[in-house]
Amino acid sequence: MKALAARRHHRAAPVVLMLLALLLTGGVYAVLAPSSATADTASTANDVEEGERLFQANCATCHGPDAEGTSEAPSLVGVGAAAVDFQVSTGRMPMQANGPQALEKPRQMDEEQTAQLAAYVASLGPGPEIPTDEMVDAEAGDASNGALIFRTNCAMCHNAVGAGGALSEGKFAPALYDVSERNIYQAMATGPQSMPVFNDATITPDEKRDVIAYLVEQRDGSAGGLSLGSLGPVSEGLWAWVVGLGLMIGAAVWIGAKSS
Amino acid sequence: MSENQNPNTSQDVTTSTETAGHPERFSDPGVPEHRARLTDTDPKANKRSERIIVLLFALSCLGAIASLVAYFTVRPDGTTDQTRLSTLLLGVTMAISLLGIGIAAIHWAKALMSDHEHVDERHDLKSSPEVREVAVKHLTDGVEDSGIGRRGVLKGAAVSALALFPLTFAVPLISSVGGDWNISKFRHTIWTSGKRLAYDPTGRPIKAADLTVGSVAHVIPEESEEYMASHEWITEKAKAVVLLVRLNPEDIRSDQSPEGETWSYDGIVAYSKICTHVGCPVALYEQQTHHLLCPCHQSTFDMADGAKVVFGPANRPLPQLPIAVDDEGYLVAQDDFAEPVGPSYWERLK
Amino acid sequence: MSTETASNTGAPTTPVGKAADYLDQRTSIGVAVKEFARKVFPDHWSFMLGEMALFSFVVLLLSGVFLTMFFDPSMALVEYHGAGPETMQGQLMSTAFASTLDLSFDVRGGLLMRQIHHWAALVFMASIVVHMMRVFFTGAFRKPREINWLVGTVLLILGLLAGFSGYSLPDDVLSGNGLRITDGVIKSIPVIGSYMSYMVFGGEFPGEHIIPRLFTIHILLVPALILALIGLHLFLMVLHKHTQYPGGGRTDKNVVGYPLFPVYVAKMGGNFFIVFGILALMGATMSINNVWNYGPYDPSPVGAGAQPDWYMLFLEGSLRLMPGAGTEWVIFGYTLSLNVLIPAVVIPGLLFTFLFAYPFIEAKVTGDKREHHVLDRPRNVPVRTGLGVAFLTAFIILALAGSNDLIATHFAMSLNQITWAFRILFFVGPVFAFWVTKRICLSLQRKDRELVLHGHETGRIVRFANGEYIEVHRPLDEQERWLRVNYDAHRPLEIEPATDARGVKRRGYKSDKRWQKLSRFFYEDRVEPVTPAELAAAHSHGEHDEIAPAAHTSEVTSGTDTVDRER
Repeated sequence: MKALAARRHHRAAPVVLMLLALLLTGGVYAVLAPSSATADTASTANDVEEGERLFQANCATCHGPDAEGTSEAPSLVGVGAAAVDFQVSTGRMPMQANGPQALEKPRQMDEEQTAQLAAYVASLGPGPEIPTDEMVDAEAGDASNGALIFRTNCAMCHNAVGAGGALSEGKFAPALYDVSERNIYQAMATGPQSMPVFNDATITPDEKRDVIAYLVEQRDGSAGGLSLGSLGPVSEGLWAWVVGLGLMIGAAVWIGAKSS
Repeated sequence: MSENQNPNTSQDVTTSTETAGHPERFSDPGVPEHRARLTDTDPKANKRSERIIVLLFALSCLGAIASLVAYFTVRPDGTTDQTRLSTLLLGVTMAISLLGIGIAAIHWAKALMSDHEHVDERHDLKSSPEVREVAVKHLTDGVEDSGIGRRGVLKGAAVSALALFPLTFAVPLISSVGGDWNISKFRHTIWTSGKRLAYDPTGRPIKAADLTVGSVAHVIPEESEEYMASHEWITEKAKAVVLLVRLNPEDIRSDQSPEGETWSYDGIVAYSKICTHVGCPVALYEQQTHHLLCPCHQSTFDMADGAKVVFGPANRPLPQLPIAVDDEGYLVAQDDFAEPVGPSYWERLK
Repeated sequence: MSTETASNTGAPTTPVGKAADYLDQRTSIGVAVKEFARKVFPDHWSFMLGEMALFSFVVLLLSGVFLTMFFDPSMALVEYHGAGPETMQGQLMSTAFASTLDLSFDVRGGLLMRQIHHWAALVFMASIVVHMMRVFFTGAFRKPREINWLVGTVLLILGLLAGFSGYSLPDDVLSGNGLRITDGVIKSIPVIGSYMSYMVFGGEFPGEHIIPRLFTIHILLVPALILALIGLHLFLMVLHKHTQYPGGGRTDKNVVGYPLFPVYVAKMGGNFFIVFGILALMGATMSINNVWNYGPYDPSPVGAGAQPDWYMLFLEGSLRLMPGAGTEWVIFGYTLSLNVLIPAVVIPGLLFTFLFAYPFIEAKVTGDKREHHVLDRPRNVPVRTGLGVAFLTAFIILALAGSNDLIATHFAMSLNQITWAFRILFFVGPVFAFWVTKRICLSLQRKDRELVLHGHETGRIVRFANGEYIEVHRPLDEQERWLRVNYDAHRPLEIEPATDARGVKRRGYKSDKRWQKLSRFFYEDRVEPVTPAELAAAHSHGEHDEIAPAAHTSEVTSGTDTVDRER
């Protein structure tokens, strides 16, 4: 103890104390913080019923007790299981704050609960279904056709390789690098928030799979080296100044300096 | 030192004062004394620098050889990884070979070459009066010889001929470069009455039932596959592309159909996709606000209100394509656009 | 020059000597060697910015030759089946685009060369800009170098053309939309715009002529003009001899520095290899302009982040900021699109006019007709420096406005609000920047005066016997002082009176008065350099300033000296 007290004025003492305090706080939080919101989960096989209960607990305040919609939020009748799976699995729903842009955040419902919610909403009216694994298999898609479809329908908002882009008034189309194949399909099919709806007639299921193949292909990175975010000429210009001109001016200063 | 803030003018002058007995200005202290470098005073440091330079040149040689090895061993096979590897290896070895020489040369100059400053004189750029006199005399003699000062008609004729001959070259060049100069083509597109709307790029015709509220479709006129593989198609497509959206009919506040006509169908509206600002494809459709945003300069159009401009540098709404449905349920154009599509030009309304 | 100089030194014996003699007998090369081999160049890192531009251009030429061996500018359509990426197979595209793909994926080193070429282009323009900044802020455009400044500004414009024509060659969606925008801008020109558009594209947009035409412009016409002007630029630089920073021994009548051979041959040569090496490193590791991601040009698609290369961003931002409401007028049935003309023609016109005209305006307001070879320290010309910073501010604001969608996504802001902010900043920013810069320059000049008059603060405190504390100042040495006093504080123009001796009004008076007003704007607020008289006066007030450093820290001088306080 004496040794510890002797070091109480050590330079690193505040840092060590800070670290300990953080560890303690974090540990307490991890133990005591509530886990994902749940309703009363009785062990029943009826997903729709469970889904309804989850819905009443988490969604009805905005979407209405029968999902018929309110002034706050649209009706969910006919949006389909795909919409629910997309919105809830990406954490967009339940929404943090009402507005046109639903931000992706850590999901509040686990897989099972999401499935139950989806089943309930699907039961309200026919709508896009959750795609099968085969429907979203990138290997089975044609990346070349996917590139064509993506370029015409998606690149204007999401950027040529899916790096994301700006919409008006603070809204944006997010980056697609980390989006699961299933969610890519579901987003196209259901048109979440500002995104338009690409139903099976406008972009057929095969074409959707081609788009998925294209996006998965992009995850290999660039053939030219570091992709620098694939943001286009503005970021390239920035790097030309920072790296190119920076290094060259550094070299010039070295050249002009007198040798010691 | 005096710093006077004269209240009468907005002057802010810090002036110098002169006192008798001192020169008006300081005098030049001359080139600073040469400060010896380590390599000048210490022969070991000198030798060490030389060794570093040799090493750098040697490194450059190794880089060059490595570059050749990389070239002959890493062959492209069409994959991203291999191309990336080849680019990296060839480029880095090239860089080593170049930077080695560069750094060596500069270190040599800085550390080993003499760094005593030299002084060169500058000469007045202006030629001396004697030279000028002779130059002027040469010119006046030449003018005298040619007699051009006295021969006015000759001068006029020469100037006329010299002014006209470039036209023999310039006119054919500029005229031929412009093709058929038929700017009235700007006025029309290939949309005609009864032409089906098709998906871009596949060319599949669109049924009204395909679209649900919130749907968007990028549209081209239905054409044969053969035509769509031609060059003329791209030029026509540049005017003909259309954006099709389905809105809730209650949400539509206005469109561009004149009195007595209906240019939409059950909430489905079609507008030209070519921005009326400077011509980019306007394609960012925001489903909830039904605003259409152009990514180039952020002109924003309200699809539920006749594609009026709500923000940005565009001045005019997007022209609307009048549409109807044929007896098989496919969407068709009623007619061409009522005005030229795309950016404004001088004769647009003529 | 006589070709018999060899007989003066005896017949050459070494191989080099024989070769030199051979050449000299046919070209008088001895004259050139005598004149140039040991020509003196002053040494400063900021003089290498122009070199960076020159060497980047050489890299562009070299890598460009490589590219021309494989690139085919034809717009004929082909279905692609080649070494390119999966996503391109089977697609219909122009031959230009297809040859770019083959060049990148089938030719070994092809992608490296493409990337080096594009990075070099970006760096070329950037180094021209910083070089121009150095020339502007140090006043190197003054007599006799006005012509060279004009040549340089034309080179800047040619560089813009070269870059624009170059990145449009692959005929991809991004650059193709850039061409579309260009077409829209051309069309907005009154009376002749539609015809000019027809002429440029050989018909309606896009037609099938534009890429081959841009190819000719990019590899023949513009490089030829650039090379010719670079030749003129360097010739003038050699003729005028390079400028030099102020310092001991440096006057308007000499050049102080190192000889061309060997020092500058080594330094400039070395710099070339370093510039090339850095560009090679960038081309090897940082991907740029992956056209296969954008896709072959088609008038329908467009991507988020639709911008031109950085040096064109000022035009892009200009177009984005201009409001559209009420800016298109119809005059007798003819359409005048001010919403396009003002940002794309008028604003750049104003910016370039400022650049072209500035040396002549400044010459007029100083009334200075001397040759200048010693550079200005920017602080000694506050209004010029302020105007330069204001210009840069406007340029940067426009460039940022051109990137507003990327700013919106990266900083989670509203695109519309950013646009509004820049609309206001475009006017307010440069004015504010001018004012701040001018005040900073004047303050730095005053600080210099203080330094000269009172010397460096040593941090040594001395207490006198009478209890007074002073800080010992170390006077500046000759070189340090010279640097700070060797400048001319220009005064506003003085003009002849309005009426001549007989009371008749002078003809040029009104114009003279206007120039005088402008001159006052430039030089009314000024700080003059310290004179020897002032320095003496300052010293007579404070002998303690020259106390020699003591061996130990504490010192009390027993004082019969009267010490006057320094203000």
